[in-house]
Amino acid sequence: MSSSAVARLSSLELAERVRVRCSDTVVSRDEATAIVDRDELLDTLVWLRDDDDLSLGFCSSVTATDWPGSDPRFWVVYELRSMEHHHRLRVKVGLAGDDAHLPSVTPLFPTADWHERETHDFYGIVFDGHPDPRPLLMPDGWEGYPLRKTEELGGVNTRFHGAFIPPVDTRTAT
Amino acid sequence: MTDAPTTPISQGEPRVNDAVDERTGEIRQETMIINMGPQHPSTHGVLRLLLELDGETVITCTPIIGYLHTGIEKNTEYRTWMQGVTFVTRADYLSPFFNELGYCLAVERLLGIEAPPRAQVIRVLMCELNRISSHLVWLATGGLELGAVSVMLYGFREREVLMDIFEEITGLRMNHAYIRIGGVIMDIPAVGLAKIERFLKDMPARIDDYERLLDANPIWLERNVGVGVLSAADALALGVTGPVLRAAGVAADVRKDAPYCGYETYDFDVPVRAQGDAYARYRLRIEEMRESMKIVRQCLDRLEEPGPVMVEDPKVAWPAKLSVGPDGIGNDPAYVTHIMEESMEALIHHFKMVTQGVEVPAGEVYQVVESPRGELGFYVVSTGEHRPYRVKIRDPSFVNLQAIPKMVEGFLVADAIAAIASLDPVMGGVDR
Repeated sequence: MSSSAVARLSSLELAERVRVRCSDTVVSRDEATAIVDRDELLDTLVWLRDDDDLSLGFCSSVTATDWPGSDPRFWVVYELRSMEHHHRLRVKVGLAGDDAHLPSVTPLFPTADWHERETHDFYGIVFDGHPDPRPLLMPDGWEGYPLRKTEELGGVNTRFHGAFIPPVDTRTAT
Repeated sequence: MTDAPTTPISQGEPRVNDAVDERTGEIRQETMIINMGPQHPSTHGVLRLLLELDGETVITCTPIIGYLHTGIEKNTEYRTWMQGVTFVTRADYLSPFFNELGYCLAVERLLGIEAPPRAQVIRVLMCELNRISSHLVWLATGGLELGAVSVMLYGFREREVLMDIFEEITGLRMNHAYIRIGGVIMDIPAVGLAKIERFLKDMPARIDDYERLLDANPIWLERNVGVGVLSAADALALGVTGPVLRAAGVAADVRKDAPYCGYETYDFDVPVRAQGDAYARYRLRIEEMRESMKIVRQCLDRLEEPGPVMVEDPKVAWPAKLSVGPDGIGNDPAYVTHIMEESMEALIHHFKMVTQGVEVPAGEVYQVVESPRGELGFYVVSTGEHRPYRVKIRDPSFVNLQAIPKMVEGFLVADAIAAIASLDPVMGGVDR
């Protein structure tokens, strides 16, 4: 696993290489981002992983962002890392709010297991084919998806000594 | 779906004997399910392991997490960019400087600014001291769990020295919020530097002591050699980074692979070991402490050069000047006089910066730093407002913990304790 002779690609060179397959690849702040259709996701990730120049075989992180009122509403974000070449690529998949599911990448990257469970807990996005889709960070039976923008911070029915603690944005006293 | 090959986790040797009892020839039917945690002292906080045991052998292990979930990521979306520092520092509470640094570097990249050179040196200095203190907690608690009580006392003794240094420099022992967007909040006082010099003088002999106690200690070897083995391929598939990955032979270190804060200008090595067991992780972390000392030495030499520790830009830098008064650290009296009695503009500027803070251009970045536990990533999204739109913390403890079943299934339950200790998870980072 020593560093190979292949030089590290700059973000622009990396984007150029990725555009061979994903035309919608952009560079911003020295980071390359490939925007992929969800039907293409698995095939693209396999290609990114197995291509010798790219070898993006390490999945650092999977998460999502929520943009209510926009289309797509959700962006699922994969951060890939090449252990050989030390470059990184972000892959993003857009999902409609009423159709928020996409294939699980856990069969390709076993590390995605908990990331996807967390993302489901937080955003309600369904990862089809996930081997173990139980709640991870949220308690069993928790209702709602707390990191959606439509959920208030602290909007939980907190009861303390008989008092109801309202969500933070609706509190009047400090 | 695709027909592409999947990435399996290697199965290794047969995990348990077949279901037939060797002695009686009967089919074994009963296994025992036990809960280890969430209050078990050896699970480093509130980790719960659901273990299925056949006698003393672990058949299946299911980690259950979330007991310490505090919604740090959601909270940052409701606070100013500057306030975010005080939230993220509480995630992995044993390496607060790394959380602060990763977050601040991400925001600085969105802003398109860089902290002044002296601030960069101070950041590296604090992080490397923090790496030593974090490894000392690992050594102390890991030793305690395997019965090495002397090592526990030694480890916490030296960590206390570092805690004093942190308190001298930042005012707090933990959760410092010392590294801020654009630099650090205050320069290092001379007395703090003197304490670090003293620490550098004393520490090498102390590390030698740990090695004399443990390196060839028969009990330590028995409990650690060949325990919790994780191969390089499995570690990479499971996303494991940091000392656990390097102990399996992969020289992956963000400080070398994608340097930040000028790490490429420091002279240090990245220790690597091949065995991938708990003992290799022990030896590797000890070596890492020595490498961190080397970096701290170089930082002290560079700090002889004075300079600003915060960017000049008044639209980014925190407006208040702090000083130490009879009631602790607070706004400098001269500064208070300036904004309250001399300059209305200064008062308006102060008010705007404190209540709204910095405005960060729209965009997204993923900034990585090498924490004591591996790749600590911050995915930060801005929509151009005064608050972050999304802050995702990719905490190495969270990801590394997924390797626990692979490391303990098929082995004795006592080895599970050593395996968890060698992974060094911090639940504040796991659950966030």
